[in-house]
Amino acid sequence: MTATSRIPLLPAEEHERRQRRSNSPLQPLWALLDAVKDPEIPALSLWELGVLQDITRQGEEVVVTITPTYSGCPAMTVMAEDILQALADAGYPDSRVVTRLAPAWSTSWMSPEARDKLRTYGIAPPGECDAAVLSCPHCGSENVLTVSEFGSTACKALYQCKDCAEPFDYFKPI
Amino acid sequence: MSDIRSREATRQYAIRLGDDALVLGHRLSEWCSNGPFLEEDLALTNVALDFIGRARMFYSYAAELAADGSSEDTYAYTRDCREFSNLLIHELPRGDFAFSMARQYLVDVHGLAYMEALRQSADETLAAIAEKAVKESRYHLRRSRDWVLRLGDGTPESHQRMQRALDELWGYTPELFAMDALEQELADAGIAVDAASLRSGWDRDVTATLAEATLQKPAGDWEVTGGRQGLHTESLGHMLSDLQFMQRAYPGLQW
Repeated sequence: MTATSRIPLLPAEEHERRQRRSNSPLQPLWALLDAVKDPEIPALSLWELGVLQDITRQGEEVVVTITPTYSGCPAMTVMAEDILQALADAGYPDSRVVTRLAPAWSTSWMSPEARDKLRTYGIAPPGECDAAVLSCPHCGSENVLTVSEFGSTACKALYQCKDCAEPFDYFKPI
Repeated sequence: MSDIRSREATRQYAIRLGDDALVLGHRLSEWCSNGPFLEEDLALTNVALDFIGRARMFYSYAAELAADGSSEDTYAYTRDCREFSNLLIHELPRGDFAFSMARQYLVDVHGLAYMEALRQSADETLAAIAEKAVKESRYHLRRSRDWVLRLGDGTPESHQRMQRALDELWGYTPELFAMDALEQELADAGIAVDAASLRSGWDRDVTATLAEATLQKPAGDWEVTGGRQGLHTESLGHMLSDLQFMQRAYPGLQW
C-alpha cells in the first residue's frame, strides 16, 4: 500500500444494504432483479443505482422496497412497474413495491464498478466528495466547463469538455 | 398535546408544506418551453419536478394521517383557493425571468435552512422528507444565487429588472418567518420548525448576496400576509383553474 492510496469508506447505510442482500434467503430474486435497469440510464441496474433496498416474502407475496433518487424523479413509477413485470414474468405474480424515504438516497453508495459503467456509457460518474475533480468521460481531460447545473434528468448536470469539445452529462453527487 | 390532536395538527402542517411546494413547483413548470434558452428551460423544469415531488410526499403523508380514503390527488386537485395554505410569495405569477429567479433565490435561502431544521423533527416521516429535500435544495440555491449575481451585476437592463423584481417581492418575505398557534404548538412539541428563528440567518445571507450583486436591499416598509389562513392574492385562483382543470371537468379521471 502506498502513501497516496485511500481506504474506501462505505457509508453505514450502504453497508447494511449489502448485508441485507448477502444475508437474504431470496438470492434468486435479487439476481432476477439485477436485470432491471434504470430506464433513463440503462447502464446501471436498480441495485447498482442504490434504489433497490430490500426484498422480502410475506406468505406468497414478494415485497420489494425501493428508495426514490430525487423527490420528483418521473422514472420511479417506471422502475416500480419494471420490477413487478420482471417478477411476474419469472412466476411471481403476487408482488408489491413499497417506497421508503429513509435513509435518503445518496450517490456515495455507488460502487467503483458502477461508476466505471457510467463512465463507459458516457456519463461522468458522481465525485466521491465535493472537491473531487471532474473529468471528461470521453477523453479524460479535466479541462471542462459547466453548461448547466441541471441536465436532461434531475440527477445530472450538463458539461462540455474544452479539449475534445464533446458535451457530456455529469451524474451529480448528492 | 393529545395523540389525536397532534395527529391532526401534523396533518395540517404537512398540507401547508405540500401547498408551498406544489404552488411553487407549478409556477416553475410554467417556464417549460418558455425558458430563455434550452439549458435553462431544462433547469427550471427539473427544479419544478423536485418541488412537485416534495408536494407529493407531504400530501401522501397528510392522506396517510387522515386515513379517510383521501390521497395526494385529493389535496392537489379538489380543494379551492381558501383551502390552500401556501405562503403568498410562492403563488405570485412567474413574471419575467429576473422575477422568477429573484423569488427562487429568496425562497431557496429560506427553504434550505427550513429543511435543514426539519430534519431534526420528532416526526420521522417529516424528517425523512426533509433529508431528501436538503440535498436537492443545495443545488437549487447554488443556481438561483448565481442568477441573482449575474443579472444584478450584469447589464443595465438586467440590473434594473432584478432590482424591480426584488422591490416587488420584498413585502412577501416577512411571511416566510411568521408563526401562528398551530405551528407554535407543533414547534414546542419538536415536530415543526420555528420559522421565526431562521430570520436573522436569512437576512445575513440575502444582504450579502444583494451587496455582491450590486443590488439595493429594499426598505421593507410594506408587507402582506395571509396565505396560511387561506387569504390569497388574485393570482392563485387563476393558477388553480389551470392546475385543476382536468379533475374539475372530469372528476375522478385516471391518467
